[in-house]
Amino acid sequence: MDRVPILKISDILLVSIQGDLDDHAVLTLQEDLADRVVATGALGVIIDITAVEIVDSFVGRMLSTIAGMARMLDAETIVVGMRPAVAITLVELGLSLGGLRTALDLEKGIALLSRPGPEPAVTDDMSPVGQ
Amino acid sequence: MTVQENTSRHHIERLLRDNEDGILDRWVQISNEPLLGRVNESETRRELHEIYRVLLQSLSRPEAASELRGLLAELSRNRARQGFTPSETAVSVYGLKEAVYELIGAEQEGDEQALRGFIWLSRTIDGLGLYTFEAYSAARDKIISDQTEQLLELSTPVVKLWEGIVSVPLVGTLDSARTQVVMEKLLQTLVDTGSEYAVIDITGVPAVDTQVAQHLLKTVMAARLMGAHCVISGIRPQIAHTIVTLGIEFGDIVTKATLADALAYALRKSGVEVVNKRRTRLAIRAEEA
Repeated sequence: MDRVPILKISDILLVSIQGDLDDHAVLTLQEDLADRVVATGALGVIIDITAVEIVDSFVGRMLSTIAGMARMLDAETIVVGMRPAVAITLVELGLSLGGLRTALDLEKGIALLSRPGPEPAVTDDMSPVGQ
Repeated sequence: MTVQENTSRHHIERLLRDNEDGILDRWVQISNEPLLGRVNESETRRELHEIYRVLLQSLSRPEAASELRGLLAELSRNRARQGFTPSETAVSVYGLKEAVYELIGAEQEGDEQALRGFIWLSRTIDGLGLYTFEAYSAARDKIISDQTEQLLELSTPVVKLWEGIVSVPLVGTLDSARTQVVMEKLLQTLVDTGSEYAVIDITGVPAVDTQVAQHLLKTVMAARLMGAHCVISGIRPQIAHTIVTLGIEFGDIVTKATLADALAYALRKSGVEVVNKRRTRLAIRAEEA
């Protein structure tokens, strides 16, 4: 896989990762995404990892890094569609991805972005935002 | 020597063949003695008679040995399933030695050939006895592993409480293997049903130690990574005490005393309002005014 396509839907950038990423593709994606956030002035980034079956600590860190970068550029990142096996692996690896917001699927992710939410769901008392 | 061995073998074979009924009677009697009427005598007689018949065949024809092993394996499987101890099972085989020895002692006092033949027979029966024991323990292992599997299946029902709210009522001691199964099943259900709230109810968990708490925390973290919220409910007073004494940090995980509280919490958070329809007179008057 050379490049992960980044789609723009109104003021949301959608990254759908198909298949497993190698380290090079991860680095490319991070750079591309930062460029696109700046270029489009997007308010939210949704990373769809429904198709990702295997993760390692590098990919786990990538998610945190992207979230951090996007926040610097005033965009919020939501990771959607994480598979159970992937979630278990990340927990076993000790990566809790603090500061990252997650949603079960793309639809819920978009709904989460459209609600105003001050703090990330992973670190708060898991009250859904905007209540 | 070989000639001598052969004659003793033939001698004992003849003996076994000629005294079939007597030996069998005594054998059945010896085998049933320690079982204290827990098995049907005619049933034992049928089994042992079959074994006796095939044993006689296998003495002259080595091909019959596999059939003999099959019978012995079946005998030990049955015994294991009925809950008999290994020695009670082994006695069923070794009883034959005793029966034959009594016969030799009674009929041919000090006959060297008979004794030599008996030693040879005894060696054969020892082998069979060992095989019986192996089959017995294999049967036991099978029973245990089957039960373990059934227990794992039993232990993990994921129940849907409401649209978007699922619950896992945990019953019994949690270990790594069970937690793994529970975790996978819960997370898979979250994906399948698109539920955003999961209630882990530990009312049926007898004790919580650091290990169990660790497992629970991992499950909650994994659910969060997938975008769902977990509530832990059913924490009994003793367990709350233990957790605090052990210094386990549940951090920002929501915990409730009962499943009802957890459900109410999840309903409220997902925007469902529960209204009590039986209104007080005061409220009705206020509405009318």
